[in-house]
Parts: sequence; structure tokens; C-alpha cells
Amino acid sequence: MEQILKAKAINKKFGDVYACNNLSIELYTGEVVGIVGESGSGKSTLLNCLSGSLVPDGGNITYLDRDNNWLDLLSLPEPRKRNLLRTEWAFVHQNPRDGLRMAVSAGGNIGERLMAIGYRNYSQIRAEATEWIEKVEIDAIRLDDKPSIFSGGMQQRLQIAKNLITKPRLIFMDEPTGGLDVSVQARLLDLIRSLVRELGLSVIIVTHDLAVARFMANRLIVMKNGKIVETGLTDQVLDDPQHSYTQLLVSSILKV
Amino acid sequence: MLEVKNVAKSFNLKNLDKGKFSVIRDACFNVNSGECVALIGNSGCGKSTLMRMIYGNYVCAEGEIYIDKENILDLKAIEMSILRKQKMGYVSQFLRVLPRVSTIDLVMEPLLDQFESRARAKDIAETLLSRLNLSSQLWHLSPLTFSGGEQQRVNIAIGFSKDYKLLLLDEPTASLDRENKKIVMDMISEKKEKGSAILGIFHDKEVRDKVCEREIDVSNFSAS
Ligand SMILES: Nc1ncnc2c1ncn2[C@@H]1O[C@H](COP(=O)(O)OP(=O)(O)OP(=O)(O)O)[C@@H](O)[C@H]1O
Ligand SMILES: Nc1ncnc2c1ncn2[C@@H]1O[C@H](COP(=O)(O)OP(=O)(O)OP(=O)(O)O)[C@@H](O)[C@H]1O
Ligand SMILES: [Mg+2]
Ligand SMILES: [Mg+2]
Repeated sequence: MEQILKAKAINKKFGDVYACNNLSIELYTGEVVGIVGESGSGKSTLLNCLSGSLVPDGGNITYLDRDNNWLDLLSLPEPRKRNLLRTEWAFVHQNPRDGLRMAVSAGGNIGERLMAIGYRNYSQIRAEATEWIEKVEIDAIRLDDKPSIFSGGMQQRLQIAKNLITKPRLIFMDEPTGGLDVSVQARLLDLIRSLVRELGLSVIIVTHDLAVARFMANRLIVMKNGKIVETGLTDQVLDDPQHSYTQLLVSSILKV
Repeated sequence: MLEVKNVAKSFNLKNLDKGKFSVIRDACFNVNSGECVALIGNSGCGKSTLMRMIYGNYVCAEGEIYIDKENILDLKAIEMSILRKQKMGYVSQFLRVLPRVSTIDLVMEPLLDQFESRARAKDIAETLLSRLNLSSQLWHLSPLTFSGGEQQRVNIAIGFSKDYKLLLLDEPTASLDRENKKIVMDMISEKKEKGSAILGIFHDKEVRDKVCEREIDVSNFSAS
């Protein structure tokens, strides 16, 4: 049981709003941590700080890289950070437009990630792209289409394929299956789960959906007003919530 | 294997700050390897609640719960989730699984978690499902549309796929017919022979008489 990411006392303020108020979290290798909480509670802000896309006002974030070095993310040079994001990490955005290049073909979007980790052989890239686009249940004949003409759900599935194809060690997901119909959502969640198991990936997943949290996460963090109000084993937090806010959150939705 | 010491449980009352209501007080008992112990008592006395605390599904704020000499109340969430995977199986009364995942994959999952090879996991899963009389036509379907008894057998297959040191069973035979009930009783006896400690809730007296060495009346721990 080894840690892969440690964040201490993360603070982020927008004007007078504390989006992250002194948040500390640890992630272990092979673990899926879910972050739930109402809209505006600071979930995306926390994820963006952890993944280096937003600079927190204060705090400390360290990551254990592939070569077993603890990196101080807040002082890491920008090119190294970008390199991490391309190779060891993946970020699945809430809005697929933030994670795709809309003017590049679906196959190109996926191939790009493979090239970033050193793939050079065109037919191999094409073969893997085909395999992955089918894994997310998009017909392979759509490989040369641009994602701009895909439906929202297809764009989201393409974004997920693009991110997972390089088998990253650490995946950040912000509402990854929000706009998808239930059946496709289940298929993708199962795909992500098998990868976590097979490759020992670590995942932080932000979601509104407590059912998604239950099926995906080992551990759950409940946020409210930029603070963590409760954390524990997912089924414990959902079935026997301790904090009154969590009790409200759990009881205000249909039983999951 | 399992030791429960002075455990108490209360829930917050719904409807705002009406305080707490106590369900269990001063629960003390233990279960040794190789034996099956039944929790009995009237409906609502706290049998399932006690079992869920042992599994870490419900918070235990008072007392001590030792599994393999380790007080689980001292464990972090991540440590508890590892302990579950390695040592503790739980068959709840109802199946709760991700839609669209096939029955065979669900049964293989705990085995793959422990780094069994796919081939071996598949072998074990198929043997179990056959033994529980689940038609092989169903193996590649999600169990969510199965009948109550079929779902329960899938749940049992998931819980029995590994030789856990501690196995918790919450009414595993409730919706099974005679034939399948008999099979589950045999499976429980085999797990005991292999050294598992088993804690079970069985409304069926016949099942208790056949497989349990002792009974613990949870209403003795009643808080009211
Ligand atoms: N760039 C920004 N500028 C100003 N305020 C911001 C900015 N980003 C976030 N905020 C504010 O910070 C708070 C937290 O926002 P955040 O996006 O983290 O919420 P969230 O929990 O992800 O919500 P949702 O579930 O709706 O996505 C909100 O009050 C939001 O308005
Ligand atoms: N998550 C929960 N929140 C609030 N109260 C709960 C919760 N779980 C159980 N209880 C209460 O605790 C008491 C004991 O319930 P429990 O399910 O343990 O009974 P039981 O002995 O298993 O009964 P049965 O034989 O009917 O299954 C009941 O009053 C129940 O309403
Ligand atoms: Mg957000
Ligand atoms: Mg019960």
C-alpha cells in the first residue's frame, strides 16, 4: 500500500469565495477516490489544483512518479508538468470540448496521445486507435470523422478513449459520464474499473451521481463550501453517513 | 478470528436534530475459525446492523472489533478496504451491482482482485455457478433482471468464490428453494472445514440446526 499523490492544506480563493479551504487528501496506488458534493462546493477547483491546471493560493502537492521520485508539483517546471500530463496522467474533463481537439479527426485525437509516449508506427497507432474507439462503443468507421460532428455522448466517449489508451498511472475525472445515457455510462464505468484492476491505476473521480460513486470509488470524500465534511469507505459514507450534510445528500436522492 | 467487545450503536434520528436512538449496547461475542455462529433475535433488534459494523459498512463509534487480532476501528479506510479484499466476505440479502456487467465477471472480480489468473478465476466462477444451478445461458447476462432466487445465488457465488478467513452471511438462503438451500448449507460446511469463521443470520431454524455450532441472541444486547 503505497501513496501516489499527497496534497496538504490546499487553499484557493476566488474573490471572497473559498473554493478550497485547507483541503488535504492522499491517494494510494490502485485506489479510486470519489469526490461528491453539491454544485459550487469546490470539487472541480480541487481537481484542477491537484492536476496542476490551477495554481492554489497555498498548500503543498507531491506526486510519486514512474521512477519513484516524489515531485513537488507546485514548483515543477512547466514543460515537465506538461510532459506528466501527456504521459503518466490523464484528465477527463466534464466538457469533452476541453479534452479534445475539435478540428482533428477522432483517430488523430487518439493517435496524438500515443505519439506523445513514443509511438511512431502509423499502422500500429491506427490499430490501437481502432481497438479503443470500439471499446467505448463508437463504430470504427467514424475514426476519420472530426469530433465536432459527434453527438455529446460520443465526444465524451472519445475523450475517455483518448485518455485511457496510454494507460496512465493517475487519472483525474470530472463528471466523466455526466451526459451519457445509463447503459453507455455503465459500460464505460465497467471499462474504467477493469483497467484500474488490471493496471493498478489510481483515480480521482468527481461526480454528482452517488450511484456512480458507489460503483467506482473505494473511498469517498464529501465536500461542502470548499471543505471536506466527511470521508470514509464509500459504502459506509453512503449507508451510514455521519455528518448531517451527508445525511441530507444521501436522503435527498433515490436509493442507490 | 472475530472478537466483538462492548460494541454499541446508535443512529441519528432523521428529521433534523432529534438526537440519537440506540440500537445495540454492550455487544460481546466471538467466532472462531472453523465454526459457524448464528445471530438471532426478533426483527429490528440489530442483527444486520451488527454484521454491517463488522464489515465496516456501518460506523462503530464504541467498543472494539478484532478481526485476526487487529482492531478494525483503528484502521484507515484504505486499510479497511484492503482487509476486506484479503480476509472478509459479505453476502448481503440483496444484490447490488453495476448494470451491464455479466454474472461471470462479477463472480470473477474478487478473484482477479487477488491477482488470480483470468483462466483460474473463470474456472472457479463457472464451477460455483454450475453448482448453484445457475443455467450457463445466464452467465453472460447481467443479474439485474434475474429472479430473486437467482440473484441471491449470484450473490452467494460472489461471496464464496474465495476462502475468506471470515465470512458474513445476512440471510443467504431466504429466497432459495429446498434443493438450493441444501447446496448452500453444504457450501457453508465446506468453508468451515477449510477453516473459515462464519457469522450468519438465518431465519430458517433448519439451516441453523444443520450448520451452526452456536447462537447469539442479539436482543440481549438491546439498548432499549
Ligand atoms: N475561475 C473562477 N473564477 C471565479 N470563481 C470561480 C472560478 N472557478 C470556480 N469559481 C467559484 O468557486 C466555487 C467552486 O467552484 P467549482 O467549480 O470548484 O464547483 P464544483 O463543486 O465543481 O461545482 P459543480 O458541481 O457545479 O461543477 C464556486 O462558487 C464557483 O463559482
Ligand atoms: N442506516 C440506518 N439508519 C438508521 N437506522 C437504521 C439503519 N440501519 C438500521 N437501522 C435501524 O436499526 C434497527 C435494527 O435494524 P437491523 O436491520 O439491524 O435489524 P435486524 O435485526 O437485522 O432485523 P430483520 O430481522 O428484520 O432483518 C432498526 O430499528 C432499523 O430501523
Ligand atoms: Mg465542477
Ligand atoms: Mg436484517
